[in-house]
Amino acid sequence: MKTIFSRSLQTTIIFLVVGGILALALGGFFSSASDSFGSSLISVQTWVSERYITIRDFFNAPNDIVSLQQRNAQLESEISGLQTQVIQLQQQLTDTQVLAALVDFSQSSPESVYKAASVIGRDPSPFLHYIIINSGSNDGIRRGMPVVTNQGLVGHIDAVIADAARVQLITDPASAVNVRLQNADTDALLAGSLTGDLALEMISQDLEVQEGDVILTSGLGGDYPPDLLVGQLFNLRKRDYELFQQASVQSTVDFSRLEIVLVIMNFKPVDITPLIPVETP
Amino acid sequence: MKELIALPLLSLVLVIQLAIVSRIPLLGGYADLMLVTLAAWSLQDRVETSWHWAIFGGILMGWASALPWFVPLLGYLLVVALSRLLVRRIWQAPLLALFVVVFLGSLVVHIISVITLRLFGTPFSIADALSIITLPSLLINLFLALPAFPILRDLAVWIYDIEDDL
Repeated sequence: MKTIFSRSLQTTIIFLVVGGILALALGGFFSSASDSFGSSLISVQTWVSERYITIRDFFNAPNDIVSLQQRNAQLESEISGLQTQVIQLQQQLTDTQVLAALVDFSQSSPESVYKAASVIGRDPSPFLHYIIINSGSNDGIRRGMPVVTNQGLVGHIDAVIADAARVQLITDPASAVNVRLQNADTDALLAGSLTGDLALEMISQDLEVQEGDVILTSGLGGDYPPDLLVGQLFNLRKRDYELFQQASVQSTVDFSRLEIVLVIMNFKPVDITPLIPVETP
Repeated sequence: MKELIALPLLSLVLVIQLAIVSRIPLLGGYADLMLVTLAAWSLQDRVETSWHWAIFGGILMGWASALPWFVPLLGYLLVVALSRLLVRRIWQAPLLALFVVVFLGSLVVHIISVITLRLFGTPFSIADALSIITLPSLLINLFLALPAFPILRDLAVWIYDIEDDL
């Protein structure tokens, strides 16, 4: 009986002590001690946590690098694909702009029937100025048909196969086009050259021509339809001892950047060779 | 049988010439990829099909170009003849021989072209042709000869199972 009493007394004393301490702590009497204990505990916890994270990263890092590398490769692949799409779309946009200009041009002269063709190559000989287009006799293209762009005259069909044709540009040294000066209302001859420059020949000395005059096809000779825009006259040379004036012509077409051209399908060149008188001895 | 590689290879050379090389001018001239290919091929050891290559390449170029068909054919045959002549004389320096063949071959092809065009009535100045077209073309052809030789060397090794000692 005495033992049971003494245990109950001990338990009661312990509870009272603990309760007293808690009451003192809650009352703020142990704040400095609890703060220093808490900060020490937090420091230790921080140190342990950092070490743990470091060790965990050390073991998990290779997996992350591999997955990151895979993800990086996947993203780079997607970027390449998107860049390719951007380039293709830009190209399509450029083509669309060119085609829209060509459609506008064809609508402005509805009397002609046009066939659009892409330029797929140039003549392998540097002495000649020819292009190769991707439309041929299967598309109804025939030898001699004029070729234009929305900017002006390009040349005419020189040779045709089933799915391609060769076009002689007006800049070719063997090319000669009958033209007229719009303002002076006179005819002249447009000749190409090795350098791709255009020269206007056979301008009478009596005529008053000015730089900037517009040059159109005259239709003489039957090679080209009349009134196709060719270019503008500049750099006029008039010498008294020469029979004719000469001038350079600035073409409206950029021949180095031809991509899409129009073939005039409903124009048939006239062969006037039988009409040319032959000298007999 | 492997010699038949000439058909697709020279066709590919023609396509590259028309679609790409002819669109990259230096002044008025541009490279003649077929000429460089034929010159580099005919200077390889044990190659016996260079005449066939020249005929096929010449016909292809004559077909594609507005030049009279015989001009490239004749020019390339002369290039191969020059190569076969030089390969026996300066065989120890094939790259030097290639430069000589490309230089002289380009000149020969251009001279034939100029003469033919003048005979056919195309008016142009020969001095202009030399300065604006021939000299730049020579430069580009010589530049192209450098990579062409090892590529065709590899092709010859593959076709004829030559021991590649270079």
